[in-house]
This record gives sequence, C-alpha cells and structure tokens, in this order.
Amino acid sequence: MNPALSVIFLTTLLGAGQGLFLALFVIEVRVATDLLPAPSAGFYPLGSAIAVALLAAGLLASFFHLGHPERAWRSAAMWRTSWLSREVIVLPAFMAVVAAYGWAHWQGWSGTLLIGMVGAAVCLALFLCTAMIYACIKFLQEWATPLTLVNFVLLGCASGVMLAAALAALRGEPNAGVVGSWAVVLTVAGMVSRMASLWRNARLKPRSNLQTAIGIKHPRIVQKAQGFMGGSFNTREFFHGRAPGTLRNVKWLFIAGAFVVPVLLVQTGLATGSPVLLVLAFTVQFGGLVAERWYFFAQANHPQNLYYQAVS
Amino acid sequence: MTQLALVIDLNVCVGCHACVTSCKEWNTSGEAGFMSDDNPYDRDPTGTFFNRVQTFEVGEFPNTQTVHFPKSCLHCEDPPCVPVCPTGASYKRPEDGIVLVDYDKCIGCKYCSWACPYGARELDEHQKVMKKCTLCVDRIYDTRLPESERKPACVLACPTSARLYGDIHDEESIVSKAIRESAGYALMPEWGTQPANHYLPRRKTEMRIHEDELERADNPLKIDGRLPKPGAKAPSLDDVTSW
Amino acid sequence: MTARPEISDRSETRNTTCYMCACRCGIRVHLKNGEIRYIEGNPEHPLNKGVICAKGASGIMKQYSPARLTKPLRRKAGAERGAGEFEAISWDEAFAIMEERLRKIRSTDPKKFALFTGRDQMQALTGMFARQFGTPNYAAHGGFCSVNMAAGMIYTIGGSFWEFGGPDLDRAKLFVMIGTAEDHHSNPLKIAISKFKRRGGRFISVNPVRTGYSAIADEWVPIRPGTDGALLLALTHEIINTGLYDRDFLARYTNSGYLINVDPASPLNGTAMKSGAQPRGDNPEHRHDQMWWDRHSGRAVANHTPDADPALLGNYKLDDGTPVKPAFQLLLERVKEYTPEWAEGITGIPAERIRRLAHEMGITARDQKIELPIAWTDSWGKEHETVTGNPVAFHAMRGLAAHSNGFQAIRSLAILMSLLGTIDRPGGFRHKAPFPRAIPPVAKPPKGPEAVRPDTPLGGLALGWPAGPDDLSLDADGGPLRLDKAFSWEYPLAVHGMMHNVITNAWRGDPYRIDTLLIFMANMAWNSTMNTVEVRKMLNDRDEQGEYKIPFLIVCDAFQSEMTAFADLVLPDTTYLERHDVMSMLDRPISEFDGPVDSVRIPVVPPKGECKPFQEVLIELASRLKFPAFVTADGARKYRDYPDFIINYETEPGSGIGFLAGWRGRGGEKAMVGEPNPRQWEMYEKNNCVFHHRLPRSYQYMRNWNQGYHEWAQRTRVRRYTDPIVIQIYSEVLQKFRMAAQGRGESPRRPPEHLRVRIVTYCDPLPFYYAPLEVQATDTVRYPLAAVTQRPMAMYHSWDSQNAWLRQIHTHNYLFINGKTASALGVADGDWVWVESPHGRVRCMCRTSEAVEPGTVWTWNAIGKAQGAWHLAPDANESQRGFLLNHVISEELQGADGKRMSNSDPVTGQAGWYDVRVRVSKAGATEPAETSPQFAPLPAAPGTNRVRRLWQAFVAGKGEFK
Repeated sequence: MNPALSVIFLTTLLGAGQGLFLALFVIEVRVATDLLPAPSAGFYPLGSAIAVALLAAGLLASFFHLGHPERAWRSAAMWRTSWLSREVIVLPAFMAVVAAYGWAHWQGWSGTLLIGMVGAAVCLALFLCTAMIYACIKFLQEWATPLTLVNFVLLGCASGVMLAAALAALRGEPNAGVVGSWAVVLTVAGMVSRMASLWRNARLKPRSNLQTAIGIKHPRIVQKAQGFMGGSFNTREFFHGRAPGTLRNVKWLFIAGAFVVPVLLVQTGLATGSPVLLVLAFTVQFGGLVAERWYFFAQANHPQNLYYQAVS
Repeated sequence: MTQLALVIDLNVCVGCHACVTSCKEWNTSGEAGFMSDDNPYDRDPTGTFFNRVQTFEVGEFPNTQTVHFPKSCLHCEDPPCVPVCPTGASYKRPEDGIVLVDYDKCIGCKYCSWACPYGARELDEHQKVMKKCTLCVDRIYDTRLPESERKPACVLACPTSARLYGDIHDEESIVSKAIRESAGYALMPEWGTQPANHYLPRRKTEMRIHEDELERADNPLKIDGRLPKPGAKAPSLDDVTSW
Repeated sequence: MTARPEISDRSETRNTTCYMCACRCGIRVHLKNGEIRYIEGNPEHPLNKGVICAKGASGIMKQYSPARLTKPLRRKAGAERGAGEFEAISWDEAFAIMEERLRKIRSTDPKKFALFTGRDQMQALTGMFARQFGTPNYAAHGGFCSVNMAAGMIYTIGGSFWEFGGPDLDRAKLFVMIGTAEDHHSNPLKIAISKFKRRGGRFISVNPVRTGYSAIADEWVPIRPGTDGALLLALTHEIINTGLYDRDFLARYTNSGYLINVDPASPLNGTAMKSGAQPRGDNPEHRHDQMWWDRHSGRAVANHTPDADPALLGNYKLDDGTPVKPAFQLLLERVKEYTPEWAEGITGIPAERIRRLAHEMGITARDQKIELPIAWTDSWGKEHETVTGNPVAFHAMRGLAAHSNGFQAIRSLAILMSLLGTIDRPGGFRHKAPFPRAIPPVAKPPKGPEAVRPDTPLGGLALGWPAGPDDLSLDADGGPLRLDKAFSWEYPLAVHGMMHNVITNAWRGDPYRIDTLLIFMANMAWNSTMNTVEVRKMLNDRDEQGEYKIPFLIVCDAFQSEMTAFADLVLPDTTYLERHDVMSMLDRPISEFDGPVDSVRIPVVPPKGECKPFQEVLIELASRLKFPAFVTADGARKYRDYPDFIINYETEPGSGIGFLAGWRGRGGEKAMVGEPNPRQWEMYEKNNCVFHHRLPRSYQYMRNWNQGYHEWAQRTRVRRYTDPIVIQIYSEVLQKFRMAAQGRGESPRRPPEHLRVRIVTYCDPLPFYYAPLEVQATDTVRYPLAAVTQRPMAMYHSWDSQNAWLRQIHTHNYLFINGKTASALGVADGDWVWVESPHGRVRCMCRTSEAVEPGTVWTWNAIGKAQGAWHLAPDANESQRGFLLNHVISEELQGADGKRMSNSDPVTGQAGWYDVRVRVSKAGATEPAETSPQFAPLPAAPGTNRVRRLWQAFVAGKGEFK
C-alpha cells in the first residue's frame, strides 16, 4: 500500500489520545484503591484536554483522507457491517466521554470513576474498530491477524502512557515514576508484539499469486503490459514506490524510535529526575510510531498489485 | 435471483482494447461519468477507466502463450468492497447483482478499493468519488434501445465477441452455458468473493495425422507417372522359383 | 435511416463510416446538443456488423483534439523548414498561391509537380487529379506499405488480400496466417477469426512475434524475418512430393499444364508454346492459345480442348522437335532443392515441423472437401454441378510483403494456395469485387516522355500494371520517367509507386528536379519515411543559389505532425466526421465475398475552424486550372463541390460509371451502371451509407473462370473482357522482362547493361528464394539481429498520440528482445540500450520477452514522436521514452557495383522495412535516460489549441470538456 499521511496521523494520534486517557483512568483507579498518591487537582482535566486534543487532531487528519469531507457525516450509516463506520460513531462518543471525564474532574464531581469506566470501555471499542478496519481485510495478509489489534492497543497505550508520564513529570506529580515504569512495560510489550508481527509477516506465504489472479496454471507467468503506461489509481494507491532498502531503513528507524530510544530516555529521565527527557521520550516515540505506521501500510502487499507489474 | 455478469473468453481475445475505450466513451458522458484524464497531452497521461486490457506471457520460448486479459469489476456475489463502505455508497443491487457506487453518498475514503483484491475500483481524481464498472446499467434497461443493444458498451464493441453478457443464475443463459461447457473459472477463488464475472480458458485445436493418410490410392503423382514403377525386366520372384 | 429510438431526447443519431484506421467500418454517431456523445459500430453494416475497435471508439478524442489544424498556414518568411513557424492565411490566399504555381508548372513541364498521398481513401480522385494535371508523379502509400502483396498475388491469381480478397473463414477448417499486421484487416478479421476458432477451426500463425492475432493461434510458428519464401517453397516441395496437390484444379484453372519451350537454343526459350489457333475470348492481351500435352492422346493440343487432360509432369517433344515441359514440371524442378531441411537452416523452423505443416494443409484440403450444390459454367463452356472447396485458408500481409524478397515470397504463397486448390473456392481464398482482375490488370502507366505534355492530361492513369517491357515508364534514354523511378528497369512492377524514394530523389535531382511536392496525410518527416534524420535534412536543404532543393512543399493534414512543420503551405484537412467521402469501386471498395459493396462518409458535425476537406481543395484547384474533366466545353466550372462531383461525374460522358455504384439512374433504380442520380447521397445515407450488391450464388465462386460472372461483370462494366483469368504458376509477364534482359523477346526495349543481371535474376517466372538484398549486403556477424515493427491494435501509425485516451494505452514504446538473447548481450529487462544498424542508431528501453524469436527484436510502430509534434508537451513520454525504428532503416542501399538503389524489392519497389539488421548493446550508465536522437521542440502552430489543460473530462453536450 502507499501510506497516506492522513491515515498515519489518524491512527497514531488516536492511539496516543486513547493511551493517555487510559493512563488517567488507571491512575485514578489506583488512587481510589490507595495504591497511588493522588495527583494535583489540575492533572486529570489537563490530561483529558490533551487527550481530546489528540483525538480531535486525529479526526481532523482523517478528513484529509476524504475526497468529500463535507459528506463525512454520512459515514456513520453502515455501522452494521463497516468497522470504519463503527469507528466514525465510536470516536466522537469517546471524545465526548473523555471531555466529560475531564469536565467532571474540573468541576470536582464525584462520578468520575464511573465516567472513566465508561470511557475505558469506549476506548477499547475504539481500539477494536480502528484495528479491525485493517485486520478485517482478509487478503491483506499482513494485517489480517489478531496481532494488528494487539499492536494498535499496546502501541497506542505505550505512547499515551508515555505522554501521561511526561505530563506528570512536568507538573511534578508524585506518580511520574510509576507511570513512567508503566510506559516502559507497555513499550516493551508493544515491541514484543510488533516484532512478533514482523516475524510473522516475513514468513507469510501470499495466498494469491499470478496463477490465481489470472487463472492460468503455469509456473512461469510474466506480465508485459498492465494496459496503460502513465499510471493509474491502482498504481498510485497501492504501491509505495520506495526501494526495499528504504523499507528496511524505516523498519530499523521505528524499532529504535518507537521502542529502544524512548525506553532509554524515560529510564534516564526518571533516574535523573529530568521531565525534559520524558517529554523527549514521548516525542521520539510518537515519531517512531509515525514511522511504524508508515511501515505498517507500506509492508501490506495488496493482491491487486499482481495485476500491475509492468508497462510496455 | 438474477446475477448479471460478463464472461470473458480468453480463447478469442486478441487484446485490441476496444472494450477499454468504448467503455470510457459510453460512460464519460453517461450516468457513471465523468471520467477524467490528467496530463492528457503531457508527460505521464493518466485517467479513469473502468476496464483495462493487460498482457501476460506464459511459458518460455518457443512454448510461449501470449495472453490478453481484460479486467473490470467482477460484480462478486459476496463483494468484500460493499460491507466495508461506511456510507452505503457502495452497494450490490438485489435485483440483478450489479455492484454500484452511489456518487452522491460516496465520501471518497477509498476503503472499498482497499477491500477489493482485484483492483477493480478507481477513484476519479477530480470528481473525488470511487468509480467502477456499472455493467452499463444506464444502457441495459433502457427500453428506448432495441433489445439487442441493451448490453454493456464493451460487449457490443468487442470485435471477437470475447465478452459474453447475461445472468449466471439462469441455467439457460449464454453465460451459464459458456461457464458450464467451456470450463469457465473465477479469479482468486481463494478469497471466497465468488466473482460473478468468469473467464474462459484457452482451448487448443489440434490435428491428428494418421500415417495412412499420406499413402494414397488416388495420388495424382500416379497420373503423371511420377511414382516409381519397376521396369518389366527388374528382378522378381518369377526369376527364382517355380513353385 | 431505420426507425430507432433516440438515446436521449435532445440527441440525434447519424450513420457514417469510420476512419480511425483504413478498415472502414460502419458507425453510428450519437450527437447531444451537437456534440459527439457516442460512436458505436453500426449493427446493420456488412463490414463490422456492429462491433468497433479501440480506435473507432476513441473518435471523440480525435475530433476534439487540440492538435487539430484549423487555418491555412504559410511558413514565416525567413523561418527554416522544420522549425514549425507559421502565419495563418486565408483560403483565398492559399488557393491563389497554389493556382499560380501549379498553372505555371502545368503549362511548362507538368512532371515537375508531384502528388503523393498517405493512407488516404480517395486514390480514385487523387489519381484522377494527377492524370488531369498531366504528371506521372503520383502515387499513394502502397509502395512503402504492401505493394508486394498486391503485385505478387495479382500477377499470380488476379487478386490479393485485404481490400481485394481474403480468407473464407466461414467455411475454412485450417487457417494459416503469415506475418500480418494487426490492422490488415482489422474488425472483419477479428470477427472472422473468433467465429472460426469457436467452430473448432485450427489456426496456425507464422510470425517472428506472438502478439495480437497470433496470441490466440492454436500453434505459433516462430520464423526469422524475411525467410517466409523459404518456408513456402519447402511446403510446396513437400506437398508436391507427397502428391497432396489438387491436380484437377491445377490442370484446369492454372497454367500448370501449359507447355513451356525448354530449347536452350530457341529465341522463345522459356515462353509458352502457342497453338496458332484462333485466339479464344475477347481480350487482345490474352490470346489463350497456349498448349497442353494431352496425356490421353499423347500429343500436344490447344489448352482446354474438350476431353483432353494435360500432363502436368514430364518431358515432351512437339512435332517440330521443340522440347517442351509443362509449367508444373518446371515448378517441380525448381522446388527440388527446397527441401524442408534446407528451409530449416534459413527459417529456424525444424524440418519435421515444416513437413507436418505441409501434411496438415494437404490432408485438410484433400479430405475435408466441401461440395456446394451450386451449378455454374466455366469459361470453356463446361458445366459444373457443384462448387468444390478445399478448406485451407491463408492470410498474409506486410510481414511477408515488406522485404526486398517479398514479391517472390508472395508468388510462392499464391502458388501454394493454388496447389491446394483454394482460389475463389469455399473455405479458401475468396475474391472481393472488382477482383479478380486480368493478369495483369488492363490499366497501364504512361510509356514514354511523349505522354507528358504541357496543359494536357495523361492518356491514362499514372499507375498501372505492366504486361511487359513495352509498358514501362521510360524517358527517351531508357531511364525512369517518374521521379520515384517506379516502372523503370530498376523496379519494373512498382505498381503502387515508390513514395519512400520521392524526397531523396527530388532532393538529389535524380532522375530530375521538381518544383512542387504536394503531400496529403503522410508523415514523411517522421514515421512514414526511412532514414528519418537525413530525410528531414533533405527537406530543408538548399542548393548553391540558396534555393530549396525541393522548391515548394505543400502539406495537407488534419493534425500538426512532424511533416507539417516542413511545409511551405499547410492546408487544414477535416476529420472523417466532418466530410463526405466515397469508398469507391474505382478505388478500393469494401466489397464482401458475395458481391460488390461500396460506401460513403456523410458529415455528422460541421468542420472545425476553417478546415476544408482535401477533396474540395482538389476540385477547387482542378476547376481553377481548368482541367478538362472539371470544366465544360466553354471553360465554365462543372462541379460545385465534392458531393456534386461524386453524383455527376461519369468516367466518360454517358458511361453510367461513376464513383458510386449504388442507387444510380435518375431515381436510384439502377445498380453498378446508370445515369447520375441527384439524390444518391441521401439514398446512401438512408441505407447505412452502404451499397451492397449480392451476386447470385452461381457467380460467387470460381470467378477467375466463371462464365456467368464474367458476363455479369462485363455488363456492369466491372470488367472489359470476359476471358478467363488463368492462374500463373509460371509467370509469362516476368519471363518477358527476363527475355528483354537477355536481349531477346518481342519488345524492342532493353535494360541498361548494369541492370541486366538483376532483371534476369529477380524477374524469374518461377518462384525462388533469396536472402533480402539488405541482408546480403550486411555483415550479419556484426549486425546479427533482425529488427521489425508491429502495429498495435489501439493505434494507427502515428495518428493517435494526439488522442487523449489512446495515448494512455501506448505512451511510449520498448524494444522487445528474447530473454536469452538479452542475457547473452548482458542486457536486462527495462535497460536503456542502443540499437544500431549500418545506417544509424537509436537509444531506447528494452523489454525482454518470450514471445519473440531469438534472432529478432521488435517494437510497436510510430509511438515515438518528435518533441512538440501532435500537440504533445516537449517532455511527453512519446518523445522522451518513445522511439522510432526508422532511424536505423535506410531508404537506399549501395549495390555491389557501387550504384545506389532503393532499399526495395527489385521487382516491385516495395520498401524493405523489415530487412534491416541491427545489434543491441547496453547504454552507458552515465547516458541520459531519454531516447536518442532528439529534435528541437516544435511550437504550437497558429490555429491549434495553445492552452495546455492540466486535466480534462469529456461530457458530451456540455461544451466539449468539463
């Protein structure tokens, strides 16, 4: 596939926003059960506001993906069958819950845990919708795996929790260290699951090939002409056009940027008590996840590409 | 239930692209139009087409087949592009099985094109909606046309009649018969999409020559005295035995 | 028009004839608010029966192409030819310029005006214009297209392929196609092949490349280019040796049984013996008094003596002691050495396969005979109860023709077809009216300088069919009368002229200088010329006085091409949708096997800008110059315009023969012959623009020898005579040329010394094989690969790069090379390579392919364009990645004697396009990734669309583009 920036930012921003909210909620749960000291009063509202902002930015990015953004409202229609439609419903709902959550904290209302629980459920639903948009296309074999969902959850949570840690550290909250350690755990877990999917995808045997694509059983089939020479939607949308070397570089870049470097940075930041390093850890990780998401799309090999191999 | 479809006979397709341009010609000014062209007279011209003819080489010289392969929307019976559409713009008509896009509902998210393993959908770069073969739905029911012309433009154009059109659920239709009798097959069966369009394979006619067909009673060379006839004095059994 | 509902309330539908290629399919053009909505095949048209091709369905993009010329243009003062700098002028000015210039030429030396036309379909009119002007220097594109196919077959069987005849696939069982471009014939052949295959017919394709039609063949026989003759002669060898020929057919309908004088001492050696009896038939050129050796009575008799049966083989002595042999015996002796093993070494086809192919042909012809219950009478009065068919059909075109050995290869093919007994019989080859013609046809070219006189039309047509040396066009010294040297001793049977040498000859002044060259729709500065780089220089070259060597150049075309850039005067032609045209019986009509068919074009939209149909230009000029056929006795203009001319012109006053054969007579009640009908155009329009005259079944077959058909043809003036057209297994015409070169024969004309061996060699009355002249002259170790072009089905020559839809299919071209050949050369798929011949080199991209014979490289023809031509951006793929093979092909060859000769067939002057030998090497890593050579970009001409659209979408009825 040819990675589209709009979708890359949609999914990464959403993930970070969701992770951040979950971090807030889990902190609140832990505080309520006396496992953690309470953060300062403004922590939840500010965190929720940032989460909403990230979600809104993701939503905004998604509009750039549309040919007709003014008709985007129509896209809630097919929730019975379309994960994309479900996402379109769940995302605003989630944004509303997060906003309510922050507002409740701001106002000092008491039902925040309840709202938080609803939010967590909707958040998981959003993860499910987002991931299933990709995982449900069975012939995109790189995506059609539970690992896609696991990755979306873990990577979103890692980046959001990382942001929560940075936020806590910046505000001098007492929980920065604990949340930072969560971020490390989630990042490592995300790395494990992402490496698992890389390992899996490297060993995928495409179920479609030229033989099934044109229905001729012969070991040697070579396309000579795809029917046009100046490109088409099919060549623009489904081919990234980058060299294999570039792909490899991006892979190492995101392994370093999304996992290794942030873990080192957050550990160092916590050890030295430097909030700046935590902010840097989040920034690097987010950048790494953008690269990861680019790679996620680029690596997906669409069977339609079998039909678009050569011009003459 | 009706399922309209094309059956494409690779045994006679010569790769002339008639279906490609007749489709564009009909549809750009039709209900499925327009169909834009970018860089029409510049570098890398590229435009929207619903149908393309591709060329494949099978085998190695001298045992090579050159296969011309027209491809358009296959109007799957279980079309993966339809359920993914968030707006319902992409739909399969229950009455005839044609998969269509409602341009007024389409938001141009391209998701349906991702969900099509065949690359049958193209986003028009200027109308910004997803486009695809409609089986010329604005022709085939037009009662102002004579019955014989209520067919997709590509079918009428095809000089080798390599494109058959009809209802594959009707056992008696020309397409069902072709699929049944000429080993019609579907593309990428592994995904269970059940394409309505089918393809007919190459068929080879060979001639068997029996040895005795070259030995002839009526060989004209005999008339002109060219077949060797031994001379009367040449040795024969008569020379060596008397029984 | 037949009653038919309209597609839209505001739309109308009009019938006309397509012209996106030369095929001439019937089309229905739907208009919406005056704009073209949809062009579809006309289901009621006999040629295409409703289908249409990629080009035909893209006619809209031709009509609205921004490359269209819309105003007459004059080269700017001081601008170089080729720079494409023009100023728009009025038609009045344009006509004034032409009138003055042409009048002066005509009144002094008419041959200094030369008119050559491309793939036009009005040769009857352009030929008539040249004749009336009085210049012999006229031809259409046939000489560089497929004249070998026309001449080789017409001089053998009196008919040929494509417009003249074709394979009867409706009844054939075996179909053999050899070297056929994919548009000869386009839709009708596609229709026929697919039906044939569906019926289970067996289809064998002989071609170095497997594309298009060959792709769906049951068997592909890859062959080395230029070696078809060897294959055909080996097949003939095998068919004769196994007795698989149709003896009855050969004996009665060919000259196989004619006795040939084989006395080496006789001045008549090599000629057919004459019985001295009264000539039979009414044709003064053909006495039909040759002799047979009657095998029943054992003596020589007049041919076709009742109850006689000619011996086809053997040696005989006439009563006067003259040793004679039947022509078939000579053929047998000729092909004796042409064994399949011999052919294997030349063609690359295994001998066993050649044998099997011969057996398949012979056995199918013999054992799958068709007997139709159609009674007919042959030319010798014998009544036949049935028509017999041997269902083996052939088709061949340029792949066979465009070689300098093509004439003899095609003679070999026609003879093979005759041996199998397939001529004008069901399931074999069928003629299309007005064919068959006499062998040779009656029309003859001007014979000598006395034919060309000031202010006087030629006595006959500029082109014709020589029957012997007396019919050559020679000047007083025996040199060429024509600029292109057609009908000279160098190319005696150049029946379609030699357009490919016109510019070079005019530039060099050999045989003479001309004043004005008028080119109609031929891209002679690009893909229609050989040696493109040099020819472009010639067009712009000046003599010592600073005058152009070709003083005045007029080009008429509908589009801004590479050629229009060189013109002094550009005339904007209309498109096919804007004009009247006739596909006339006087030219090359669209006849079917079952009878004559002619057709018309009717304008469906008004001309764009000031575009004017070329026909109108010719009629205007002819009227102004007062050509006798175009003015009344008192000098007044006779025809208002082209439609008026078509209706009212008769070949001779009161002859009843005109351009159109349908709806003649005052009320349209007559066919073929009749008085002019003022409503003729309307009647064509009402009848799908087609006139189809179905012959009675008994006149539909065996027309070379069908008495009933001949009488009908004579009554309808299709033929002048009713004598039989006997197949020339042994060519008596060629023998006449050979005898002149040997210093004997009836004609007093003798070739110059340096051409005698050439004529004796190549004007062989029996078919033979020789390597193409260019191959003979090339170091094939240094240049081992044959380079040929194929024509893609979605493009017609250079016509369609200005077509926004078609150019997306073929935006640039690759050199296709066999994978193993490429690896041996260290070349990989997609590499930039140099293709180099002894004449030049081009840089291009290559594609490896398994569908090409290892000794051949090929590319699609005419996709490459010069920068800026055809309204393409200077960086368009066509000029940056597309390339022209023409740069490595020469229009001339250096003979062994140092004399320059055209790179053509020595008999017919057919351009040897496919004879070039090349080598391929990888381009340097630092070389630019663009084709070479490149030319300076052409600016948009005044009147063409100067605005370049970033994108467009056509929606009819809304002002062309959205």
